Amino acid sequence: MNLRRDVFQAIADPTRRAILLLVATQSMTAGAIAANFDTARPTVSKHLQILTECELLEQEQNGREVYYHINAKKMKEVAEFIEPFRQLWDDRFNKLEAIMKNYKSKK
Amino acid sequence: MERKTKISAEDGKQDLVITRDFDLPVELLFKAYIEPEIVEQWMGTKVLKLENREHGSYQFETTDPKGNKHRFSGVVHEFVLDQKITRTFEMENTPFPVQLEFLEFEKITDDTSKLSMHIVYKSVAFRDQMLHLPFAQGINMAHNRIQEIVSKLK
Repeated sequence: MNLRRDVFQAIADPTRRAILLLVATQSMTAGAIAANFDTARPTVSKHLQILTECELLEQEQNGREVYYHINAKKMKEVAEFIEPFRQLWDDRFNKLEAIMKNYKSKK
Repeated sequence: MERKTKISAEDGKQDLVITRDFDLPVELLFKAYIEPEIVEQWMGTKVLKLENREHGSYQFETTDPKGNKHRFSGVVHEFVLDQKITRTFEMENTPFPVQLEFLEFEKITDDTSKLSMHIVYKSVAFRDQMLHLPFAQGINMAHNRIQEIVSKLK
């Protein structure tokens, strides 16, 4: 359960979501990722550490460089995790919309 | 399909915002929140009380598939027709503490409107628990279904 919450909190942060988007298409080094942000390098490193601990990112050693890439399997799991809450409200609001449209035409 | 309902829940905060655009004039959207018969239809609940005014209160009752009754209630703090409802919400007889809800209704065009529901929880942990509740229930339901199927096989 703890791990679950950590993963959830990891994707709730805007900077970390931006990092995930960056590396979604290609593997990148920490330096290349940090170059996309105004925040200090250690801050970006901290974000990378959190994302890696939650298994949303995976590290890959390539010579002297460490490349980060996205763990698609974990990302899917997380997306499904918050989805039921969104779905619950979406269903309710769809119903509300349908009822009120009907209500309008009856008037 | 486009996702009309959006959830925004930032890292380590004890609140979240649910937003939704409706193909409805704002007056009709608001009506869906204040007419008991309409609330009953879309919320799937029985309305025991619904006082749409400052210091008014409301109480809903739902019956789950097993026949257990659950009550939800709260107090209205602000009420501005077609614009705003600020209220508390609590699930009676549960360990979940009361939450504070800021509902804002906004006209986009004559036929479209937007609802923003800002919910503040007692703590980050309680917010995360509420956020994960439908997920856990989904797991339980799937589990129950599996059990049903398995028991029929026996």
